[in-house]
Amino acid sequence: MSTVVAEGKTWSGGNQPLQASYGKMMMWFFIVSDALTFSGFLAAYGFSRFKFIDAWPIADEVFTHFPFLHGVDAPMYYVAFMTFVLIMSSVTMVLAVDAGHHLNKAKVTIYMFLTIIGGLIFVGSQAWEWNTFIKGDYGAVQTKGGNILQFGHYVEKDGEQVFKRVAVRDFAVNTAHQERTQHERKNGLWFVSEGPLPTYTMDEVIHGLQANKDVLVRTQIINEDGEKTVLSREESINQIMKNGKVYVEGANLKVNEYGSPLFADFFFFITGFHGFHVFSGVVINIIIFFNVVLGTYEKRKSYEMVEKVGLYWHFVDLVWVFVFTFFYLV
Amino acid sequence: MAHEHKLAIFQGLLKFKSNTQKIWGVLILLSIITAVEVVLGILKPEWSMGKVLGMKILNWIFIILTIVKAYYITWDFMHMRDETKGLRRMVVWTTIFLILYLMFILLQEGGYVFDVYDDGYIKRDF
Repeated sequence: MSTVVAEGKTWSGGNQPLQASYGKMMMWFFIVSDALTFSGFLAAYGFSRFKFIDAWPIADEVFTHFPFLHGVDAPMYYVAFMTFVLIMSSVTMVLAVDAGHHLNKAKVTIYMFLTIIGGLIFVGSQAWEWNTFIKGDYGAVQTKGGNILQFGHYVEKDGEQVFKRVAVRDFAVNTAHQERTQHERKNGLWFVSEGPLPTYTMDEVIHGLQANKDVLVRTQIINEDGEKTVLSREESINQIMKNGKVYVEGANLKVNEYGSPLFADFFFFITGFHGFHVFSGVVINIIIFFNVVLGTYEKRKSYEMVEKVGLYWHFVDLVWVFVFTFFYLV
Repeated sequence: MAHEHKLAIFQGLLKFKSNTQKIWGVLILLSIITAVEVVLGILKPEWSMGKVLGMKILNWIFIILTIVKAYYITWDFMHMRDETKGLRRMVVWTTIFLILYLMFILLQEGGYVFDVYDDGYIKRDF
């Protein structure tokens, strides 16, 4: 009799070998699949980087800005700040979960609120980061083969010759007579249009380069010292005249003044996908926050929902740790 | 729902009195690791530029520290430490195996494509 009962219980879901509720376990499985999606993206990034290992942009030279500090070279500080904000909001989240275990509604409310604020700061920072990246910095010339040629000159710093970037807008010469209007559908064939014209024509860049004797061209190729190759004056002019095709400023899905367009593509895609996760995490947190305030879980005598969204929120933090490493550090 | 937490980290070397204390302890650990990463990334010390298995020592340090961070986020923030062995292995082993596999294949292939362009007769840039 007793064995029959035990067996009946065992085979009809009577015991819980993993001692986790259905919801929590499904959240874990979702996290596994989402982790694989992200690692797919990061592995694809690694593939492209290995493919162009000698010409990949150096992250330290790309992300050098900090809000309100104009012209200050601050590589990575802002991303480090963002990482810290996200880890901090992970901490408030786990504190909310802990308060939930003690059925302490007031504390759960406060910690959930702080978590939401942390998430919003992070998403806002990412928007700023994108904006800076899209707007660009120095401008560059793209060659026929799709390579990027940047400009700079040598300056004396602590008795050493250091290569310093120069913005194209600082040396390009305006040749006013060459003004060309953008072709629009309304003033030509209705089915033909073109994108926005570059700020400078190639002629203006070439004239500027010839007029400024100290400006040199830097290519994408990384030399033995781990720095981008700087061409001689003669080669610089030759390269721009022969191969230069179009002036590019900033980055989008097609061109990227910092180097390989793939770098920008992956940046937008991976940080964008992660940012979307943070955004949806914030939305879910807000829903749970209101449920906490309304006392839904107080009535249930269980704050497990907080724990489940907590898992998701920590996962977003976990992914960021990897994105931070592979995009900004390595 | 079990509410007990395992309160020791570093294989029992460091024991906390309450779960809240452990959370702050782990935060301090994660912050220190991030700070070390940023400082190394900015200084780029000479000794870390040597190569081990085809990658700079510095990059190895970054990747190892990242995995350490991931471990503490999963084990203490996501409470993996308190779950049963079965659930833990199901989640962690599966993910790690698949990621290692994917990474190996794609990075291997990427390096191969680079070599083909580098010393083969194929040119992509004219």
